[in-house]
Amino acid sequence: MLTEKVVFITGSTRGIGLGIAKAFAKQGSTLICAGTTEEKAKDVAHQLAKEFSVPTLGIGFDVSNPQECQKAMDTLITQYGRLDILINNAGITKDNLMLRMSEEEWDLVLRTNLYSAFYLTKPALRQMLRQKYGRIINMASVVGILGNPGQANYVAAKAGLIGFTKSIAREYAQKGITCNAIAPGFIQTDMINALPKEYLDNIMPSIPIKRLGTIEEIADAAIFLASSPYITGQVLSVDGGMAI
Amino acid sequence: MSLSEQEIFEKVKQVIVKQLGVSQDEITKEASFTDDLGADSLDTVELVLALEEEFSTEISDSEAEKLTTVGKTVEYIQKNLK
Repeated sequence: MLTEKVVFITGSTRGIGLGIAKAFAKQGSTLICAGTTEEKAKDVAHQLAKEFSVPTLGIGFDVSNPQECQKAMDTLITQYGRLDILINNAGITKDNLMLRMSEEEWDLVLRTNLYSAFYLTKPALRQMLRQKYGRIINMASVVGILGNPGQANYVAAKAGLIGFTKSIAREYAQKGITCNAIAPGFIQTDMINALPKEYLDNIMPSIPIKRLGTIEEIADAAIFLASSPYITGQVLSVDGGMAI
Repeated sequence: MSLSEQEIFEKVKQVIVKQLGVSQDEITKEASFTDDLGADSLDTVELVLALEEEFSTEISDSEAEKLTTVGKTVEYIQKNLK
């Protein structure tokens, strides 16, 4: 069902984004892999094309820059003539206690994790409206639901994405376009591996399933949401039961 | 491509009929998309997208907001068509 769909995934050179890219590649989708550097994005796109025999394109750009987002979107629509699935996945952390958080830390995280979704979703919707088909999936987080000390910026961005998701879902519900969010819990990625072990030990009691999630478990959720024409405006928690 | 105002009006009419599901004779130059032709705000956005496609042109958000009637739309396209 997802064969030959054109899928654009930001932050897909590693972590959850790369896992999602692989999952769509397995379905036979056409992939546009986006990362911060052109070289890395092209490298990943090339590898996926070789491994899964699907058309791929690698684009390097800064998701926090509106002009670069527009340009990336123009490039891919010119090349493929359509965009079926947009996955706003790119994200960073700049953790600090609120009392110590600089405006730069706040701004950078909001721009990269939330503003990027605005910059990319707008041109994507223009194309999807023409097609009368589209799937938008925003990568939120369990902390966007529960809150988390030391992450006021990240949590604000992720909670913002959840509200954004619900509004877009309502606006375009009658046009064949769905918009959903995935709220991963603690997943085995570089982002989580960067946390002190002690922190993870403290987290474990709050995960009912008592283990970290895998990248594949998040990718499965993305495939599921992309496959359904009747699920929209939802936040799918894939978090081992953290946000029950 | 050089089109007369009448030719543009006819093409615009066809796009409106298709997009808004109204009949040809309801479409006068004075007709307002929202007040007379029953378009909601999202319909008008889609109409602009369809017009961009029909005339192979781009209409910015700020310009699009001003195109509230059929006549204004025809006038804008005539002025901006290359």
